Amino acid sequence: MKYEVVMGLETHAELDTESKLFCGCSTKFGSEPNTQTCPVCLGLPGVLPVMNKKAFEHSLKAALTLNCEISKFTNFDRKSYYYPDLPKNYQTSQNYFNIGNNGYVDIVVKGKEKRIDIHNVHLEEEAGKLIHPETSGANYSLVDFNRAGVPLLEIVTQPDMRNVEEVESYMQALRNILLYIGVSDCKMQEGSLRFEVSISLREKGSNVLGNRVEIKNLNSMKAVLKVLAYEMSRQSSLLDKGENVLMETRLWDDVDSVSRRMRSKEEAHDYRYFPEPDLVPIWIDQEWINEIRATIPELPVDKHQRFVNEYSISDYDAGILTEDKHLADYFEECVGLSQDSPKELSNWIINDVLRELNERKTNVQDFIVSPKMLVELVKIKPTIGSSIAKDVFGEMINTGRTAPSIVKEKNLTQIDDVSELNDIVTKVIEDNPKAAEDYGQGKKSALTFLIGQTMKITRGKANPKILTKILMERLSAGSK
Amino acid sequence: MLSHELSANQIKEKIIKREITAQEIVEELFEWINLKEPLIKAYLCLDKEGALLKAKEVDKKLDNGEKVGLLAGVPVALKDNICTVGIKTTCASKILENFIPPYDAFVVKRIKEEDAIIIGKANLDEFAMGSSNENSAFHITRNPWNTDCIPGGSGGGPAAAVTADMAFMALGSDTGGSVRQPSAFCGNVGCKPTYGRVSRYGLVAFASSLDQIGSVTKDVYDAALLLQVVSGHDGFDSTSATVGVPDYLSDINNVDGNLRIGVPKEFFGEGLNSEVGSAVMNALEIYKRNGAELVDLSLPHCGYAVATYYIIATAEASSNLARYDGVRYGHRSQLSEDNIIDMYSRVRAEGFGSEVKRRILFGNYVLSAGFYEAYYLKASKVRNLIKNDFEDAFKKVDCIISPTCPTPAFRIGEKITDPLQMYLSDIYTIPANLVGIPGISIPCGFTNTGLPIGMQILGKHFDEGKILKVAKLFENETDFHLKKPNLIEPEPKKGIDI
Ligand SMILES: [Zn+2]
Repeated sequence: MKYEVVMGLETHAELDTESKLFCGCSTKFGSEPNTQTCPVCLGLPGVLPVMNKKAFEHSLKAALTLNCEISKFTNFDRKSYYYPDLPKNYQTSQNYFNIGNNGYVDIVVKGKEKRIDIHNVHLEEEAGKLIHPETSGANYSLVDFNRAGVPLLEIVTQPDMRNVEEVESYMQALRNILLYIGVSDCKMQEGSLRFEVSISLREKGSNVLGNRVEIKNLNSMKAVLKVLAYEMSRQSSLLDKGENVLMETRLWDDVDSVSRRMRSKEEAHDYRYFPEPDLVPIWIDQEWINEIRATIPELPVDKHQRFVNEYSISDYDAGILTEDKHLADYFEECVGLSQDSPKELSNWIINDVLRELNERKTNVQDFIVSPKMLVELVKIKPTIGSSIAKDVFGEMINTGRTAPSIVKEKNLTQIDDVSELNDIVTKVIEDNPKAAEDYGQGKKSALTFLIGQTMKITRGKANPKILTKILMERLSAGSK
Repeated sequence: MLSHELSANQIKEKIIKREITAQEIVEELFEWINLKEPLIKAYLCLDKEGALLKAKEVDKKLDNGEKVGLLAGVPVALKDNICTVGIKTTCASKILENFIPPYDAFVVKRIKEEDAIIIGKANLDEFAMGSSNENSAFHITRNPWNTDCIPGGSGGGPAAAVTADMAFMALGSDTGGSVRQPSAFCGNVGCKPTYGRVSRYGLVAFASSLDQIGSVTKDVYDAALLLQVVSGHDGFDSTSATVGVPDYLSDINNVDGNLRIGVPKEFFGEGLNSEVGSAVMNALEIYKRNGAELVDLSLPHCGYAVATYYIIATAEASSNLARYDGVRYGHRSQLSEDNIIDMYSRVRAEGFGSEVKRRILFGNYVLSAGFYEAYYLKASKVRNLIKNDFEDAFKKVDCIISPTCPTPAFRIGEKITDPLQMYLSDIYTIPANLVGIPGISIPCGFTNTGLPIGMQILGKHFDEGKILKVAKLFENETDFHLKKPNLIEPEPKKGIDI
């Protein structure tokens, strides 16, 4: 493509607090409509907001983690627009004095590091939700205000991204950071994490920005990537034809996979921002900043690098392990307990634990196999062999019992004793003369068959290495 | 003297001494209201049933020897922009005609806790926007001193009710003078405390950074009493102050030290009615005779106060009134609605009166892109200059005295077609709201035609104690506050003669 793509992202993350931003109502997701409301979040006449300190501290924590300059002085502003899901017909947000400005997030794309600049981080209140009746032709809509007033963090980047890989990497990095620092559950299916993108195209080498198109309310990373691909082709074909790209706001239609005009630049809202007189300004001193900074844990990028260095695991594995803070914690707890074999533990976690978690749709915090249990399994593995170890792992998940107790009860310890195995092999060869003969005539598959027969008799307990050696020796000897 | 003519504190004393029961008071008061309300029309809604219930509760407490509150048995009126659980709160607007709040305002909770009896909701200019009460969507309240005159606004209802002895005291709101100006026009005591002194929770917002709940009473002691009850921090109002509440009552007759009274020349200039001017000058002489020092002052930026006020107040109002959209409560158009914009337009076109619409339009204009800096931001800066004026002044004086209004009450219809003339009625009261300082209006004389004249005393932030004392000093020396308008006497057998 002869164009350079310029993209920026606005991310809305619902903050993980017990109560709403300006009242005491619960923020729990999925309750009966309008059961988590009060005069304040319904915007009744005469009510006043009182700020939730936790929500503010979460925002401060996020702004610090995103390397923002923290404003000494912040306050809230009213952003005015009319919509039925907005009880006061203005949103209490921040415009003139955001909590954080001029931050950045470092991302890695195809092994190359890139810095995405953050324009600002600010705190605002969530709107309610419109419910449109399913019967077609209904002339009404309903509103659920349970969500109205949930604290919402908005993170606005500079138009720094040049390809979809960068956008994807930024979204993932940001999501990981928010999860790591524990300020949002980032559940996209529940709408806790949403995106808005802006995209413009310009001739390569040009330093003039093209007309910008904004696309609102994207509920998944997939949708973001789809809409960007769509817009790139839509805008580039317009430019190819010598036509103008209109500066406008568009909406993504996921069903038809197209973007449609929502409003033109001329129809853009005038939000009539002014300082919220019902809330007092907030002064942020160094002591408070230090206090919040002390609660920021090691971040995914740092942890990733440390895992590679400290545990000698691959960059790829370290990436998977650090994607989820709880998984990384699980891994480190295992390593700490075993004082050994980080590589093997990492394999177990990435292959077996993650598979089970996916299948069971659960998370590692609730996983029945504790780090201690996994370490016990890895420790006992040399005595039972890999394949039995996998069975034992399955049994552990089903019963919650420990590996040693399962091994002991089922008598699963591997047979390493050469004379014992010799006796068994003798019997197997006697019972399968045809196979022994085939092997002598060069049919190598016969060996596999005989190993299988031996395993059947020993119920898998024969040490496969020793068994193979004995069998090959005996068969070669027999064929002479 | 008939019992409804007594002050709130006097009636409370009688009730506590068991000279009269709260129930008797309420019954008598409602008889009087039935007689006089058709003439004055101070109320939008009366709650006799609720009042009797509360009266019986107070009487029962006294029967049982239980402790009673500071306002035991005192019938109180509330301006109808203060939320009352279970009682309609309309703001004198069609848009809230049938709105019944599910919660009590902070001040309502407080007076209930102190055993006051709420008798009804008093009239006002729609959403407290006005200076004459003529902007009420329901009816015009009349000035008890001359029923052809307006009672003032926006709190004309509370002021007229107290003056006509149809309530012993009332709570109102003062955004640019809505407690002090009607009190001056009706001849009672109107007190606007410091911004933040009294929680605004449950006061339907007009202009959030200017609104303050205040009292309308028959004398200064009652003002101190009511302030004592409603002051203090409220966790539901972030702007309510955590400054401790002093005892306003015990020391009210002692003005300590040499009193220095500031007399700002800007408040005695062009536009001031001569009768009003000389009444206030006479009042200042009384202070002088009592040992006060009069200090000439200048508050140079006060000339911009009205302009500044109408930018900030309308900006905030345009946003505060955005919520009246018919979606969750309030008026809903009976006409069909094609879409949501249609619905909003119809609800607001039908629900709001013309002054409210004017201010919403004005407020939206001054906040809109390209105008914000020139108007709202500029006004905020001027507001700071006015604040500085007062700060400098209070380095030299303990309080500032001025007329409350440039004129006495005007006639109904006189200014309604000229909003700018109407706005100037608040020229002396507005600065206190912009600065956030307390102010009190007390009666200081009458015009030749028998209309009351009000005098305003302004104090430093949180210095309500001082201005109450200064007001009390004057009251102790004069009897303007005891004068009653010549309403038709009730038939003696209906009253309880005491
Ligand atoms: Zn709520």
